[in-house]
Amino acid sequence: MEEPIIERGTEEKRPISRRDFIKGVIAAGAVATSASYLFRSTGAMFSQSSAQGSVERLITLNVNGQIRRVDVMNQETLAMTLRYKLGLTGTKLGCDRAECGACTVLIDDVPHYSCSVLTHTVRSRKILTIEGLASPRGELHPIQQAVVDEQGFQCAFCMSGFVMAAVGFLKLNPNPTRSELAHGISGNLCRCQDYNKILTAFMRGAEYMRRA
Amino acid sequence: MAVIHDVMPSFGLYQPASVADALNLLDRHGRDAWILAGGLDSFDWLKDRIKRPKAVVDLSGISELQGIRESGDGLEIGAMTTLTEVVRHPAVRERYSLLLEAAEHAASPQIRNQGTIGGNVSQDTRCWYYRTGWFCYRAGGNICYADTPTAMNREHAILGADRCVAVNPSDTAPALIALDASMVVRSKSGERVVPAEEYFIGPGTDITRMTILQPGDLLTAIRIPGTWGGARFYFEKVRDRNVWDFALVSVASAMSDNGETIERVRIAVNGVAARPLRLRAVEDAVRGKARSEETAKLAGDLAIQGALPLQHNAYKVPLMRNLVKRAIRGAEGA
Ligand SMILES: Cc1cc2nc3c(=O)[nH]c(=O)nc-3n(C[C@H](O)[C@H](O)[C@H](O)COP(=O)(O)OP(=O)(O)OC[C@H]3O[C@@H](n4cnc5c(N)ncnc54)[C@H](O)[C@@H]3O)c2cc1C
Ligand code: FES
Ligand code: FES
Repeated sequence: MEEPIIERGTEEKRPISRRDFIKGVIAAGAVATSASYLFRSTGAMFSQSSAQGSVERLITLNVNGQIRRVDVMNQETLAMTLRYKLGLTGTKLGCDRAECGACTVLIDDVPHYSCSVLTHTVRSRKILTIEGLASPRGELHPIQQAVVDEQGFQCAFCMSGFVMAAVGFLKLNPNPTRSELAHGISGNLCRCQDYNKILTAFMRGAEYMRRA
Repeated sequence: MAVIHDVMPSFGLYQPASVADALNLLDRHGRDAWILAGGLDSFDWLKDRIKRPKAVVDLSGISELQGIRESGDGLEIGAMTTLTEVVRHPAVRERYSLLLEAAEHAASPQIRNQGTIGGNVSQDTRCWYYRTGWFCYRAGGNICYADTPTAMNREHAILGADRCVAVNPSDTAPALIALDASMVVRSKSGERVVPAEEYFIGPGTDITRMTILQPGDLLTAIRIPGTWGGARFYFEKVRDRNVWDFALVSVASAMSDNGETIERVRIAVNGVAARPLRLRAVEDAVRGKARSEETAKLAGDLAIQGALPLQHNAYKVPLMRNLVKRAIRGAEGA
């Protein structure tokens, strides 16, 4: 059962310093997680690390400004972690193959398909999902407000991915033309297919953002 | 087609912080290792359970592989530089807009934000028989499912097929060949620098690989010489949808001319063979000639010599001819 493991910044024989380890060694093992496993003390993790250069798969993620501790398998995608470990089901899975955009989240402000990112590769990054867009007091993000005002979506399965793609694009291009915006969010598909309404909503959202 | 499974099968995940560590890991795991860059080609293979590597070596923590540097009179692009970074880089924009065009035409914004140039040139073919796990020549078997009387082969090769009729899917590859780029490949036994043209291989050389990379090899950088900086460029990619889709045929050319006569030229096409093809015969034929309709026609006709279409891809022959014509003369002239 003790399959490898994440090994970071080192080859096997080099003894791992405590510091290297703190920087991010994580272990694996295809074992079902128990609560004790999850909340094992750091002391136990260190003693384990000295043996093989490998430890727990319990990692820390920065999601929507919160530090979340989570148990992540080597092969787990960010979409899986967000939805099934952290309960952030606003991020949707459409294709699981980088072909639809439903799973789009921002990683350090840049739109990515979370179905196609290994969670272990974003340990030190800032992840923003649709749940993190509204202000702590519950005010909608200008793009969300515009979606409501323009009734931008129909079934809205694609909506959270679209909104995240638009927010990411508008951070760099706050004043796009309609066709620039269309190009910017071209990595998202809508099965209900009213792209015009979506664009109208986001153009309005861009305007709200400029005014805000 | 895509089937959603709960998660990928398990694998060991290694996250080296230096090229030296990565090379040690690749050496240690040999054929069991899988290099992970942006993952956008890789994850399909792993999710579909068609490739089952034991050790995935993630390059994302290796800073030496990232970014674009001026080097001599040209540029050196780290293998882990994303396509978006390539598109946004001022020197690429100013002097090598051919590469910008090519990178900008790949896939979708999110894929360009994550997909790397090293992964883009090293990606596997998109032949769906092969990718869905049929035991074809490329997978080690002894048949090409795309080359049977009932095969669906609209996207496949018209040139250079040898048993396998798959094509190379990379958009940046023909641009890099036209710019006379070279690939820096390292392994534990040292470094070699290979012209882009020779990085890609056809089935005649090895039917199971798209590039010269062997287990243990790591592409660390791509060097673009100053030679073609600011030249006259042409890039065009024809595809079914404007986003996501791979090229049916693409063309990339770099040319220097005195307004009238073609002095130097390099031209490459992709989507027509298992590797991007540099059209040397065309280059030789048009060098010293006027940049005219007549020369363009000569180039187009020469380019498609020897083309052998399959059941459903005969359209690629005139498409390639016309794209090559445009590369000589510009879109308005052809
Ligand atoms: C839906 C979809 C549509 C796409 N459309 C296009 C398109 O239109 N045009 C286009 O050109 N591409 C397209 N792509 C491909 C995408 O651009 C490439 O997959 C991406 O650029 C590959 O980069 P990556 O970093 O994600 O590669 P990865 O998946 O990480 O790697 C690809 C392959 O190269 C190997 N590799 C990666 N880096 C190195 C290295 N430094 N040294 C040695 N081997 C290495 C990996 O082992 C793997 O086999 C598409 C992909 C998807 C999923
Ligand atoms: S679910 Fe990720 S792109 Fe479709
Ligand atoms: S609104 Fe239904 S998929 Fe986009």
